[in-house]
Amino acid sequence: MTLLVEVKHALGAFRLDAAFASDGGVTALFGRSGSGKSSLVRIIAGLTRPDQGQVKFDGQLLVDSKAGIFVPAHKRRFGCVFQNARLFPHLNVRQNLVYGRWFAPKAARSDNFDRVIALLGIEALLERSPAKLSGGERQRVAIGRALLSSPRLLLMDEPLAALDDARKAEIIPYLERLRHETNIPIIYVSHSVAEVARLADRVVLLRDGHVEAVGTPSEVLRGSPLSSVAERREAGSVLTGTFAGIDPAHGLATIRLSGSEIVVPNAEVTVGKTVRLHIPARDVMVATQRPEGLSALNILEGRVADISVGIDGMANVGIDCSGDLVLARITALSVERLSLVLGKPVFAVIKTVALESR
Amino acid sequence: MCALDWLTLSPQEWTAIRLSLKVSVVAMVVSLPFGILVALALARGKFWGKSVLNGVVHLPLILPPVVTGFLLLVAFGRRGVAGSFLYEYFGIVLSFRWTGAALACGVMGFPLMVRSIRLSIEAVDRGIEEAAATLGAGPTWVFATITLPLILPGVIAGMILSFAKAMGEFGATITFVSNIPGETQTLSAAIYSFTQVPGGDAGAMRLTLVAIVISMAALLASEFLAHLVGKKVDPQ
Repeated sequence: MTLLVEVKHALGAFRLDAAFASDGGVTALFGRSGSGKSSLVRIIAGLTRPDQGQVKFDGQLLVDSKAGIFVPAHKRRFGCVFQNARLFPHLNVRQNLVYGRWFAPKAARSDNFDRVIALLGIEALLERSPAKLSGGERQRVAIGRALLSSPRLLLMDEPLAALDDARKAEIIPYLERLRHETNIPIIYVSHSVAEVARLADRVVLLRDGHVEAVGTPSEVLRGSPLSSVAERREAGSVLTGTFAGIDPAHGLATIRLSGSEIVVPNAEVTVGKTVRLHIPARDVMVATQRPEGLSALNILEGRVADISVGIDGMANVGIDCSGDLVLARITALSVERLSLVLGKPVFAVIKTVALESR
Repeated sequence: MCALDWLTLSPQEWTAIRLSLKVSVVAMVVSLPFGILVALALARGKFWGKSVLNGVVHLPLILPPVVTGFLLLVAFGRRGVAGSFLYEYFGIVLSFRWTGAALACGVMGFPLMVRSIRLSIEAVDRGIEEAAATLGAGPTWVFATITLPLILPGVIAGMILSFAKAMGEFGATITFVSNIPGETQTLSAAIYSFTQVPGGDAGAMRLTLVAIVISMAALLASEFLAHLVGKKVDPQ
């Protein structure tokens, strides 16, 4: 599938002028609040008609302002998951879930009800009313409702933003399973680095209505395209590896990366499963000698591959640990004191606790 | 002869009661689709003349009922613009018929009905309707499966208000269709007639008691319906 978006839209003083393409997988629209992510996703969904531009899906023109084409939302078959679940209050969970099935064309209607409710773990909720669900349960039902309408594309507009950390942690595994087990392309809107790092295949970074950068999560989240202080604080490296072993006694698991191993909390994993790890740069310390008598479990050996000093007196140091680029955020003073230069052998120290999945 | 004999209703009084119920139910049912449409237009529509429409709908609430009745007579009488049109093309006569009484009652209750439905439409979260649209439901389906069930309490309240107004309507009806026993003499008109003749007090009292019973029943029925629907819409 391919989705091409190239639109201009004015909302009061705000101007959206963005273009991007997606060819399957999970594409994250990432940026601060007010950067135009939600407006863009509403345009893709057909809920907002853009002033100018084109939206094209698999060769079908959905919006073309010049030709006067606008396919309304109910004819697009794009499933949507909104920030606040927007369940139908007068229907129970089962009726909410099957609502979209009525309208899906017979040919596309897949008989996957049981599979979807198992995927989302909502078997026990079917006869309940939406008012009696917790925030996390509601959001899972909303995801199920969108999936069961047999969508050609799934749009998720900050599906976790209204939830507290515990509820987020409850849902993210389901989203990861969704990514692995269905082949529906997903547009995922978020302002959270951690979510994007875990879920996205491609990241479109938006700022003030413009596309600032497009790339893989590790490219975009490395830091240089992130300009605001808050985003920089959350910058980090995104590494891919497989679970190599678990230590149930201590609740720990080992992830094998390209050249090194890293210990993370969480014993409930399957060995051999591919996993994506987001290491926040501010949680990485740099040492020039192998530290001893230290509680941190992860001490990776590597060489300085990149140093960029920001105007705020902070520096992002990229450390190449035999193939895995780990980003450390330290003060410019530390860079001087350790006399860090490109190619210098160093140790990256990462607390396991800092890698707790949120 | 029993002491409660004065409570026995005469055939003429029964006719007035039946007529009142018929007129009120017809007025309520016929004005309902129009009420929903106008409420939708006022709550959601963006068009030129919206405030004019709003004003016209509310006029019967503010005007003296006699004025409304007279305007109906002018417009819907045999020689009125609308009245002659209806007679020529559909053979419908409204003036001095029970159908005219239903029209007068419907018009008088219309602002109350529209107001109640409009408020409930404005309370509906548009986001929920958008969610239904993204699931493939076109505008008609969204209205039938989402909007209508959500505004049902407001619709029921509007219907009851319209019915109650129709039961109590007097001024516009008597001006438009007069007070003909068996054709246009509703409960209120019959009570009025009783008070105009010597010794009519007992009859007026009988019908007054009937009016109280009907009003209480309508009120209780609406409370019960609202309770049933409310349970479904907001199970808290």
